[in-house]
Amino acid sequence: MIEEKNGACCAPTPGKTIPCCGGGSPPETILRYEDTFLDGQVGTPAGPVPRAHSRIGVRDLLGRWKVRWGIGRDRYRVAPGLYALGAPDGSAPVLVTANYKLTFDVLRRDAAGLDAWILALDTRGINVWCAAGEGTFGTEEVIRRVARTRLAEIVSHRRLILPQLGAPGVAAHEVRKGCGFSVVYGPVRSRDIRPFLHAGMKASPEMRRVVFPMLDRLVLTPIEITNLLRPAGWSAVALFLLAGIGPGIFSLEAAWQRGSAAVAALAGGILAGAVVTPVLLPWIPVRAFSVKGGLAGGVVAACAVMWRRGVLDASTALALLLAMAAVSSFVAMNFTGATPFTSPSGVEKEMRRALPVQAGLAVLAGLLWVGGAFFR
Amino acid sequence: MNGFQYMDGVATVRLADAACIGCGMCEEVCPHGVFAVAERKARILDRNACMECGACAMNCPTKAISVTPGVGCAAAILNGWLTGSKPSCGCGG
Repeated sequence: MIEEKNGACCAPTPGKTIPCCGGGSPPETILRYEDTFLDGQVGTPAGPVPRAHSRIGVRDLLGRWKVRWGIGRDRYRVAPGLYALGAPDGSAPVLVTANYKLTFDVLRRDAAGLDAWILALDTRGINVWCAAGEGTFGTEEVIRRVARTRLAEIVSHRRLILPQLGAPGVAAHEVRKGCGFSVVYGPVRSRDIRPFLHAGMKASPEMRRVVFPMLDRLVLTPIEITNLLRPAGWSAVALFLLAGIGPGIFSLEAAWQRGSAAVAALAGGILAGAVVTPVLLPWIPVRAFSVKGGLAGGVVAACAVMWRRGVLDASTALALLLAMAAVSSFVAMNFTGATPFTSPSGVEKEMRRALPVQAGLAVLAGLLWVGGAFFR
Repeated sequence: MNGFQYMDGVATVRLADAACIGCGMCEEVCPHGVFAVAERKARILDRNACMECGACAMNCPTKAISVTPGVGCAAAILNGWLTGSKPSCGCGG
């Protein structure tokens, strides 16, 4: 791992002057023996370059698991710069990637057996796709990184292979103008990098298409939940307080009993929207994520109501049903940010329609629920 | 992508036929096969598949393609509405 002082990267680094990066990136030292993915260095006309290996160790797996849950995600970076993989020479291909360590790990694993250069851009620890959208995986950074690593002295060709999903941030013709290297867009997925190279840098149509299979959707669900912990916590506090309101002004017993049921419904709604909906995404036969989530939430709520049918009165049952559908619908709508096929125009259109309905359902559920305490 | 269609009739991607030189970059960078190039001209095959990532417009050397790019992310759009700024989200992972 890289020693990093978050937010303090502009402090002078001993021995090497680095312009202020503003993004909190690690300093560019040549060799960092604490990085367990490095196993030496190779000599080049531009000086030594650290050599990465393709093995994924326990530390990498643990790190990946942690960032999937949002732990230390902003600091999960490799130093930007050039790395050697295998024993590359002046004719070896240059694979450009992001400095998010998860991304870097996937590439060095999938490129196992290749002799290649890996050029890690400073994307501030963000993956290629999102960084391209933000412009940090961008034309200027490519040109700057090529210059700073003195790549032109290290390789004899003038070609960079970029991941296709970096294209929203990079103008290939501008890169050529800016540093003399031409950009070849490689496959979307790094696991296709070897077939792509073996085919003479030709991508098949399948390599060019984004897909979103079950496993890819599933690994994105923990972060959805982590991001909701804080608002969910505050909502739970509010629900416990509301639950105590009744004919006796405030009852601690009611706060606990009715509050627990409401918080359980909240949790159910979040699970329906953040896990069930993403997993079942292509099979829920509507397009709007809010409707997908509303349906999933409704079904989960109906099951819960059936299960507790002896305990719940009608108004509480209806309130839980509506509330879970509303919560699930809102949470599911947020998953649009994790998918590789929703357009901003589409999401905006969907939100303009869905938000009033979600708010209406939530208010109705609240009225039924609080009102139910007075009319039983 | 089967089962992954999103909203129809909203994508902002446009192609100015006269400016197109048929270089094929749009077809190459588009992750959803929106473009196809034939007889030295690109055309839009499936506008509804567009997710407005902006890769085509960015890589079009003659600026023949226009699209309003952005993040298709509800949290970002909500943030943009609330703060009156450009939608952006700390997406990653």
